[in-house]
Amino acid sequence: MYAAIWRLMPGPVWVRILLVLVLLAAVLYSLATWVFPWVDTMVNNQEVTVGAP
Amino acid sequence: MFGPIRIDSMTEPAKTEVPALRGRRAQRGPKARVRPRVSVFGVLGELLITGGVLVLLFLGWQLWWNDAVMAASQSRAAESISQGWVDEVKPDPAPAAETGYGDPVVATAPADQSAFAVLYVPRFGDTYKRTIAEGTGTNVLNSPDLGIGHYPGTQMPGEVGNFAIASHRSANGGGMHLIHELQLGDAIYVQTADGYYTYRFRDLEYVPPSAVEAIAPVPHDPDGTAVDRLIALTTCNPLFSTAERIIAYGVYESWQPTSAGPPAELAALLPAA
Repeated sequence: MYAAIWRLMPGPVWVRILLVLVLLAAVLYSLATWVFPWVDTMVNNQEVTVGAP
Repeated sequence: MFGPIRIDSMTEPAKTEVPALRGRRAQRGPKARVRPRVSVFGVLGELLITGGVLVLLFLGWQLWWNDAVMAASQSRAAESISQGWVDEVKPDPAPAAETGYGDPVVATAPADQSAFAVLYVPRFGDTYKRTIAEGTGTNVLNSPDLGIGHYPGTQMPGEVGNFAIASHRSANGGGMHLIHELQLGDAIYVQTADGYYTYRFRDLEYVPPSAVEAIAPVPHDPDGTAVDRLIALTTCNPLFSTAERIIAYGVYESWQPTSAGPPAELAALLPAA
């Protein structure tokens, strides 16, 4: 899968490495900005109170 | 079983005898010319590794990155609400300091999600401050500008009984992350629009999540008649778990109106007005 992505990318190796870094940064940014906050609301059942909330 | 290795070494000599190959791939031998077959297990394995990395990334985001982001924004919000109260009142360093200011002013509880106090616990850090709002739902505890919730129905700051508040131990700003480090006599300050309430930390208690009697006016004696003015900080325990609750009790010590300025120990921690 990742090998296929690597093959699909254009240019010499250094361009591809640069591209990988850019793609990784984009993925991490969107995870932290949109995906993780959304997941947090789905899984975050951290009850910290005593008694019925 | 050892197929790939042997085939590689066996076909190696063929490399130089295939002139049709071009460029980089040609140098890697004939095997490289054949597109590696996409195997179901290969893709599945990569997906599973990706999933594992995503889970780890999420935990890192939740417990450190977002925790720090939320803590900073909750702290900023608390600072601004506190400053708002101070700005509304003319400073009046009354000589009453010698005799104290009498019984504390007790406000009435505001509507759900309304901020009404700021908590300072020097033991949690010199710059630690958090907004206390009414209600203990996620709309308060997970909010980037609130963070600490007041149990509806429990007493208000300075009131005889138990001023019970809750916050996260970790993640979402972790308002009570260091609760286990409180030492006997540590100051717990609550600032409201009326003034500053000083409590002194008394003891920690570990209870099951169902122990609603911990926040009764007389803790663990729901029918008792309250005489003490207490504060109860509640959060989950152990760290990173919600199996138990940890309660930190403080006992009321003194009160002073906003016009008198913050208590000396707290004033030293606040930015100069």
